[in-house]
Order: sequence, then structure tokens, then C-alpha cells
Amino acid sequence: MNWIGLYTIYRKEMNRTFAIPLQTVLSPVITTALYFIVFGAAIGSQITQISGVTYMQFIVPGLIMMALLTNSLSASSSGIYFPKFIGTIYEILSAPLSHLEIILGYTLAATTRALIIGSLIYIVALLFTPIPIMHPVYAFFFAFLTAFTFALFGLIIGIWSDTFEKLSLFPALIITPLAFLGGVFYPISILPPLWQTLSLINPVVYMISGLRWSFFGTTDINPQISLTLIIVFLLLCVGTLFMIFRTGYKIRD
Amino acid sequence: MAILSIENLSKIYDHKIHALNNIFLSINKGEVFALLGPNGAGKTTLINIICGLTNKTTGTITVNGYDTVDQCRQTRKLISLVPQELHLDPFITVAQTCIDARGFFGKKYNEKLLTDILKQLSLWDKRDEKVQKLSGGMKRRVLIAKALMNEPQILFLDEPTAGVDVELRTSMWNLVRKLKEKGTTIILTTHYIEEAEEMADTIGIINDGHITTVAPKEDLMKELGSKELIITLMTKIQKIPDALHTYALSLSEDGYEITYEYKKTTSTSITAILSSLKNEGLKVCDIETKESSLEEIFVDLISNPKNLISHS
Ligand SMILES: Nc1ncnc2c1ncn2[C@@H]1O[C@H](COP(=O)(O)OP(=O)(O)OP(=O)(O)O)[C@@H](O)[C@H]1O
Ligand SMILES: [Mg+2]
Repeated sequence: MNWIGLYTIYRKEMNRTFAIPLQTVLSPVITTALYFIVFGAAIGSQITQISGVTYMQFIVPGLIMMALLTNSLSASSSGIYFPKFIGTIYEILSAPLSHLEIILGYTLAATTRALIIGSLIYIVALLFTPIPIMHPVYAFFFAFLTAFTFALFGLIIGIWSDTFEKLSLFPALIITPLAFLGGVFYPISILPPLWQTLSLINPVVYMISGLRWSFFGTTDINPQISLTLIIVFLLLCVGTLFMIFRTGYKIRD
Repeated sequence: MAILSIENLSKIYDHKIHALNNIFLSINKGEVFALLGPNGAGKTTLINIICGLTNKTTGTITVNGYDTVDQCRQTRKLISLVPQELHLDPFITVAQTCIDARGFFGKKYNEKLLTDILKQLSLWDKRDEKVQKLSGGMKRRVLIAKALMNEPQILFLDEPTAGVDVELRTSMWNLVRKLKEKGTTIILTTHYIEEAEEMADTIGIINDGHITTVAPKEDLMKELGSKELIITLMTKIQKIPDALHTYALSLSEDGYEITYEYKKTTSTSITAILSSLKNEGLKVCDIETKESSLEEIFVDLISNPKNLISHS
């Protein structure tokens, strides 16, 4: 392994995050905090408890997941798109770096950024309401795997995009809807049967459900099924990425 | 010994553009190789394939005995590239981009090396400046600095002096000479023939995706370089005297200048011509010789394929 090379990609990406912390870290935290205030404190006070937790508490894991996956995706997709756009990708492609090292460098940096944002959101949520975490180790696993999976997915999007428009197309058209329909604001079980079934093809449902179980110990989907499906989705992304790098699709002419 | 060897390399872009056709090329360790050719000839494509930036269509390339695809980790460790375009991250400092360049290659930070390289390229004062604040010529230097940070055994310079002032160009030439002394193999492309003439040991000419000529610079000059002897007379003449018809001479319109063109290799008839002139009673006022530059040879090679010499 070229550890120094992998670390150099990682550090360069982290420097990029901390060079503009307002945009990369603070702004997603503030946006999520607004959801707490509007949906949790204002509207949530009118809603009865869901499986033993207040509505405010109920939406916290979902909002954390939503921030994790959107930020992880945007960090890695812009991380690879930018050097492709300005041409500096040449220094990575001509260096003795394996595909695995390049992928890990970008995705681990994006995952780190997302986990920092997720932790900050949790801390901010604590200002509004107490939120116990019943299974902290599982919570970390669900958060990490989700962020990592979406970092991989983001890398695919960043490579596939050859315009800024395409780069923002996926998050706007697919990721945000999937996240909103993934059960951030409601348990899947309150939906009509058809919509419940449709929801089950949305991978975000399992991610949110998994984290919610780690927090409160109850949820509408078996956490083992959630974990398995997240890993399946992760492996799909890994497979796609290795194929992209092997063929050089949109990277090497 | 060949450090780089290319066999039957072809590149077709998008199933239709034949950028490289059946290239065979072998470059020796420590050699300075200049690749000359018009725009679109395939120079950048060739370099990018060797460096791993572009996929080849067919053929094999080995660097130090390793295959550039199957054993790319070994080959890339040895190679640095200065790309033709100014591809630089504008938001980081000169020093940082140099440190990163070494990091990507898996090599530990080396402060002395960084200092030496930045000083050598007159970038030391700019080390903490963001790249975006530099002028074009300075950016070119940063690209060179980054390539040197990897201490390469083979250095590719894709038009290193495009858009660069005279001073930087001469310092580039000196740098190449120093690297050559250290045993670095250098492969450069250029449109400035004087540059090839100045630095190269071997010259390759590529046109339309074909390598048409590979020859030591001296041979190329000798084989194709012709010299001209221009004799200016004291009095004008109407035509070249019959006694001198055995030599290929031409007379200028004003009747004062006789030009004799000869190859550097062939035994010349200069003495004979001069004594014939004297016998004819013509007084010589001035004698001048002119040597064709690599540029003229190059234009000649591209426009008259029949003159091509092939060494492969
Ligand atoms: N990415 C690409 N996709 C399609 N065609 C390409 C691509 N890159 C280069 N070409 C084509 O391949 C041919 C060779 O281009 P290349 O850039 O290798 O030429 P060059 O010798 O470096 O020219 P120059 O002196 O202008 O730099 C040209 O016809 C060019 O249009
Ligand atoms: Mg070129």
C-alpha cells in the first residue's frame, strides 16, 4: 500500500474542508438546526409520542442521517470533480497510486467530514432535548457505513459528471427526495400499504431506521436487515467504482 | 540500455481519430530525447499513454523492464510529468502543492529537497503564495518543481517552454543539463527547434501519428544539413563561366553573388571553385557560409517524405 499517497489525498481533502468551514461544516449544521426548530419544537409539540419518544427526539436520527449522506456525497463528488475540471487529476493518475488508494483517500475524507457534521448536529440537538443513545457502537457503525457508502456513490457521480449541472443533478433529483421519503419525519408504518412497499426499495429507509434503532432501541425494520442492505448497497458502489477505474470511464480517454 | 521501449503502439480516440499508428521507439537511459512534430501530431497522446493518463488501444510499453499497465506501480514511481497545460490547484500555496506532489508518490516529506528545488527555480520567495496569484511563467515553474519533487529517473516535459520568457528558457536548458548529468532520462516535446538543437541527444520526428525519423541530433544535422557557400564578386557577371559548369552553382539576379550548395558529409569542391574563378579572372570580394538549422531540416522532412531516414 502507498500509505503516504493515500494520506496525502485524505489530508488535501480535509484541508479543503477546513479552508472553508462556513460552507462545508457550519452551513449544513445550521440548516439542520432549523429543522429542529420548525419541525421539532414548533410543529412537534402538537404531535403525540411515536414509539415512546417525543416527535423532536424521533426526527433527530433521521436528520443526522440526512445530513450525513448528503454531505458525504457532495464532499466526495466535488472532491473528484474539481481536479477533473481543472486538470490536476493528472497528478493522481500518474502517481503510483492504486485504484483502492485513490478511492479510499477521497471517500474516507468525505466520511470524516460527514461524521464531523453529524456529531455537531447531535450536539446542537442536545440543546433542544435530551437524546439518549442506547447502542452507541451500533450508532457509530450505522453512521459510518452510511457516510462511507454515500461517499462511494458521490465518487461515482463526480466521475460521471462532466458539467457542474450534472454534478448537482443527482443530489437534487434523487438524493434529496430519497432522504425526505426515507422516513426522516415519520415512521414508515404510518404510510398506506402501497407506499410502505415502495419505501422498502429506498436504501435511505434502512439507514435511518438503523440509526433510530441504535438510538431508541425500537424501530419498524429489523436492524439486521438494515445492516445487511446497507452493506449490499456499499458493495454495489465499490463494484461500480472499480469497474469505472479499470476501464478508465470518463477519467482516462 | 533502453529504459523506455515502445512496441507497436496505436491509439484511436472515440473509434475514429487515429492519434498514434504503430509506434516503435526505444529510448536509452540518460538520454535527452526531443520529440518534434506539428500541432496534433500525437506528441501529448504518446506522453500521456506512457504516464498512465490515457489508455492505449494496442501495443506494449515497458519502462525499466516493467509493463506500464500491468506493473504501473513500478513504472510510475520512476516517471514525472510536466504537462503541456498549466494544470494547478489555484487555492493552495506553492510549497503545499510541491509537498503534495511528493506525497502522492508515497515519498516522505523532505525539507531540504523542497528548499533546493524552489530555490533552483526561483520560487523560494513565492513559496507561501497561493498558486492563483502567480504569472503564467511562474506557474510553469511550479509544474516543473512539482515534477522534480519526485526525484524521477525519467522526466517528461511536454512543451516546457511554451509561453516562457528568454531568461526562464535558458535556465530551463541549464536545468535539463544538470538533470542529465545526474543521469535522468529526459523526453521533451517542443515547437522550438533551437531548443531541441540546444538540449537533445536524439531527435524523433512525429507527424500524423507516425514516427518518421529517430536519429542522433548530429547525424540528422550531418545527413540532411546542407551548407551554402556564398561568393560575392567585385564585378558583376552575366552568367556563370563555362569552366564552372561542373559544379552546381547559381547566380543571383544582380549578377554579383554565386551560391554553392553542398552537403556537410560529401567532399567539397570549394578550393576547385575558387581557383577556377581566379583562372577566369574574376575577383572575389567576400565569402560567406550558411548552415541550415534543424528547423529547415524539419520543414524539409515534413514536406518531402522521400527524404526520410528511418532508424528503428
Ligand atoms: N481527448 C481526446 N479525444 C479525442 N481526440 C483527441 C483527444 N486528445 C487528442 N486528440 C486528437 O489526437 C490527435 C493528437 O493530439 P495530441 O494532443 O497528441 O497532439 P500534439 O502533438 O500534442 O499537438 P500539440 O503540438 O498541439 O500539443 C489530434 O488529432 C487531437 O485532435
Ligand atoms: Mg501536445
